[in-house]
Amino acid sequence: MKTYTDTGKKDTRSGFGDGLTELGRTNPNVVALCADLVGSLKMQDFIDENPERFFQVGIAEANMMGMAAGLTIGGKIPFAGTFANFATGRVYDQIRQSIAYSGKNVKICASHSGVTLGEDGATHQILEDIGLMKMLPGMTVINTCDYNQTKAATLAIAEHDGPVYLRFGRPKVANFTAEDQKFEIGKAVQLYDGEDVTIIATGHLVWEAIQAAQKLSEKGISADVINIHTIKPLDAKAIIKSVKKTGCVVTAEEHNFLGGLGESVARTLAENNPAPQEFVATQDTFGESGTPEQLFEKYGLNAEAIIKATEKVLKRK
Amino acid sequence: MSKIKELEDFATQVRRDILRQVHKVNSGHPGGSLGCTEFFTALYQGGIMEHKPEFNMDGKDEDLFFLSNGHISPVFYSVLARSGYFPVDELNTFRLIDSRLQGHPTTHEGLPGIRVASGSLGQGMSVALGAAQAKKLNKDSHLIFSLHGDGELQEGQNWEAIMYAAGNKVDNIIATVDLNGQQIDGSTETVLPMGNLKAKFEAFGWDVMEIEDGNDMQQVLDGLTEAKSRTGKGKPVCVLMTTVMGNGVDFMMHTHAWHGKAPNDEQLETALSQNPETLGDY
Repeated sequence: MKTYTDTGKKDTRSGFGDGLTELGRTNPNVVALCADLVGSLKMQDFIDENPERFFQVGIAEANMMGMAAGLTIGGKIPFAGTFANFATGRVYDQIRQSIAYSGKNVKICASHSGVTLGEDGATHQILEDIGLMKMLPGMTVINTCDYNQTKAATLAIAEHDGPVYLRFGRPKVANFTAEDQKFEIGKAVQLYDGEDVTIIATGHLVWEAIQAAQKLSEKGISADVINIHTIKPLDAKAIIKSVKKTGCVVTAEEHNFLGGLGESVARTLAENNPAPQEFVATQDTFGESGTPEQLFEKYGLNAEAIIKATEKVLKRK
Repeated sequence: MSKIKELEDFATQVRRDILRQVHKVNSGHPGGSLGCTEFFTALYQGGIMEHKPEFNMDGKDEDLFFLSNGHISPVFYSVLARSGYFPVDELNTFRLIDSRLQGHPTTHEGLPGIRVASGSLGQGMSVALGAAQAKKLNKDSHLIFSLHGDGELQEGQNWEAIMYAAGNKVDNIIATVDLNGQQIDGSTETVLPMGNLKAKFEAFGWDVMEIEDGNDMQQVLDGLTEAKSRTGKGKPVCVLMTTVMGNGVDFMMHTHAWHGKAPNDEQLETALSQNPETLGDY
């Protein structure tokens, strides 16, 4: 079985920050905005190198989204960064009208998504943002799994013409995808080829899915594991192909089971290849304070939860 | 013919266009549109804005205009059409299915002259500020104009933008507020009094000037010319422009009743008789 090696724990937000710094050097049209969270978003290097291309808006996210829309008029490619909660729910109508409906080339860069920002608790732990963003016509939705993938995604979305929601997180997690990877928006990444079950994971749950697949293998269960970094547009072809082979699916995400990756997969399968599905996700609840590991365990978002879901879905085949 | 008379004739035709657009589909917002007719005419026909005849979204090397209170789309559409952005006949499609002239302006259908969707209030100033900052980055010395309703200033996002603009010396923007004192539920004084707007903008660090009669073409031209001379001096410029909602149609004036209501056949006839055809109806 293929092994994926953690080359050293790193936070996905640093992948964003380093990607942005690289863009600052290579693409003169890239500009950045932040609402008083420069340190948390790791944007300081970009700012130091390109002070004139950075806009600090203060604690005013609505104005930030509108300004980002305006900056595109004149050919700029704005990267607007803040916490996922303040980058979506707080400014939904600004994104809807001034960015999505207006077709503006704005990159909404959302850190501290999901429960793994930890101790700050539920006020800051948005678990609804994927749903909010994927419902907007024309919005591309990406949730990356590690530092390398986040950096590659940051570079890739600058080349994509249209609004993008890029979701990443706070904690240091395994860094296991290739440093020199080519990030293709909308293209699933096959991690393991298996026969018994399809496991489709996004974001921080991808590493957990790898751990789960290895343990399942020891029990004689062969899992087809797919890393879905782009939730919209969804790589339906890869999903259908895999589930046709395995006959059942487990989806795993750090998000509410309403509105997330799991629902997108379920709709795709209902239309094309109906199959039993289990959802590793939060169950229509808010989060709470705790360490990322404690929260993953309490809310059923780790390798163990994926294994349980697999055993359950296998019985439904 | 004097320039003022020419502009007034243009404005009279725009008023006819506004009334005929909303009458045909029995919906839309004539009141605020009529009140801002002179302002739009001055911008696009009176030499206030330097704008190119062909539309390019990026708008480099020209002045740009953003309408924040998108519900007054009838006046915007009429002035854009009669300034050559799209065929005047297209005003016939206002609010109809498959039209580029949506109830509220949008880029979505590709209508030339529109650079952002507006209608959900309070967002236009932020967009205008972004465009103003892009102009500075591009070393483009042209200006950004924007229009906002007075009631619209009740939306908090405006004040985020107003604070940002002064704090960051965005001095290539002229934001005009249409002070007609009316909103859907009544006068601004009864719905939510906003106090002294001049003092508020000044307290935030803006250079504020006033146009006492925003329905007097000469005053609007002079006021906006003066506003342009105040740009580039380290402060964003605000123009508080007093207008009469429904201006030019006697029974629509000085009331909020015609904010979002179309005239019936008889009312249209009366309204049009007060605004005789000047440039030819579409």
